[in-house]
Amino acid sequence: MIEVDRVGRSFTVGRGRARRTVHAVRELSFTVGAGEFVGYLGPNGAGKSTTIKMLTGILAPTSGRLEVAGLDPTHRRTALARRIGVVFGQRTTLWWDLPLRDSFELVRHLYKVDRDDFRSRLAELAELLDLGGFLHTPVRQLSLGQRMRGDITAALLHDPSVLILDEPTIGLDVVSKAAMREFLRRLNAERGTTVLLTTHDLGDIEKLCRRIMLIDRGRLGFDGTLDDLRATAPGGDSLEDVVARLYTGEREPAPGG
Amino acid sequence: MARIYLLLAWTWLRASAQYPIPLVMMTLGSFVLNGLDVAAIWIIFEHTGSLGGFGLAEVMFLYGTAGMSFALADMLFGNVDRLSQHIRAGTFDAMLIRPVSAFVQMATDRFGVHRFGRLAQAAVVLGIALPRLDPPWSRLWMVPLMIGCGLVIFVSIFTIGGALQFLLTDAPEVSNAFTYGGSTLTQYPLTVYGGDLVRAVTFIVPLAFVNWQPALYVLGRDDPFGLPYGLRFAAPAAALALALAAALAWRTGIRRYRSTGS
Repeated sequence: MIEVDRVGRSFTVGRGRARRTVHAVRELSFTVGAGEFVGYLGPNGAGKSTTIKMLTGILAPTSGRLEVAGLDPTHRRTALARRIGVVFGQRTTLWWDLPLRDSFELVRHLYKVDRDDFRSRLAELAELLDLGGFLHTPVRQLSLGQRMRGDITAALLHDPSVLILDEPTIGLDVVSKAAMREFLRRLNAERGTTVLLTTHDLGDIEKLCRRIMLIDRGRLGFDGTLDDLRATAPGGDSLEDVVARLYTGEREPAPGG
Repeated sequence: MARIYLLLAWTWLRASAQYPIPLVMMTLGSFVLNGLDVAAIWIIFEHTGSLGGFGLAEVMFLYGTAGMSFALADMLFGNVDRLSQHIRAGTFDAMLIRPVSAFVQMATDRFGVHRFGRLAQAAVVLGIALPRLDPPWSRLWMVPLMIGCGLVIFVSIFTIGGALQFLLTDAPEVSNAFTYGGSTLTQYPLTVYGGDLVRAVTFIVPLAFVNWQPALYVLGRDDPFGLPYGLRFAAPAAALALALAAALAWRTGIRRYRSTGS
């Protein structure tokens, strides 16, 4: 479903003498198969968002090859958009001034979703995510939790085979988080939707992700199951300690290097 | 493309109808504000019989045609030069993950009735000028054509200005010099400007084809700068060339897009 082959992305920052090249992602390679649920971890600035933006076609890679749902994101961005769902936890992709229901109707037209499919899917999602109370409220008046549920719904109305989520639980309260996780778990288990999510919330990882990839300074530092991840540390450590060690440990220079 | 444009514009229009009072105020405001332009022309003619060798009705004709082109371009696609705002707010990323042109999404963003104010004002001026000039019917066909070509030229300039903002996220004002500057420049006969400027807007940024060259044909005037007669019919070619350059600039810009942190 997702193939990343020696992908790099660099940015030129600063001007004049202070000009330098920053490698946000370098030589990154991984594949994600259909139906997987993958957590994509890494400290701030490690290259998570850059990866997500390349997978969705927002950013073009400077080197390497990408394929998502059978398409090259850079050259087939709008075609890819019909096959994937994307949710940014930090910002909405809904129309700020429109009532939620109007946003969904617009999504239906933009993604050319059949009217009957749309009705049944919206009814299903509205029930699962409990949208009934605020379908006619403008997006800007929604609480963060409500807005997030709206965003997820909008990303799933065209029934994408891949769902990419950038920090979907950020800022949510305990109850909303639990509901969101349960929804994503069922989506993956029952519909077989491939899910890739970035998060700083280890609860998301423990509850949801059968596979974990950890990126640090633009490279893949770990790729395996939750148990593999725990096994990298001596027994008794909490998951938080394990991840913190991976984040900081790899920042120390290698011996002799 | 056109269907998506209408759909998005209609959705925004409906959303904006929730606030009817600011809507009416903005439409009226833009009508009145642009009306001041015409008042300025009127005052000039109170003191002198001609402006750059052109009479009042002729100047109003130039003003009205350029105004129609610019107002239509601004109404339909003027938002494209707000790109840097969308980049900074991160809303441009949201446009890129949808399966329709980001350009159309930009153009229709917050589409509202207030965009009609300027158009109405320019139409009124043209409506006053045309009967006074009474140009021969055999030349009138040029009027809709020149407004159409002017529209394409201004949309292209807006697009190039937007595309530049992929590089200059902090300097959207640079493009304003060409869009709003171009609109003001074309309101008057080019004879009020120097010859170098006229050559520049004929051969570099083709603003002379928005109204000046085709207007010389409609009004049956000699070119005060002695440029070839055929240029009067070159507006479609100039518009097409600029539109191609604009499309290329936009595509290149999207490829080089860097997004924001986080």
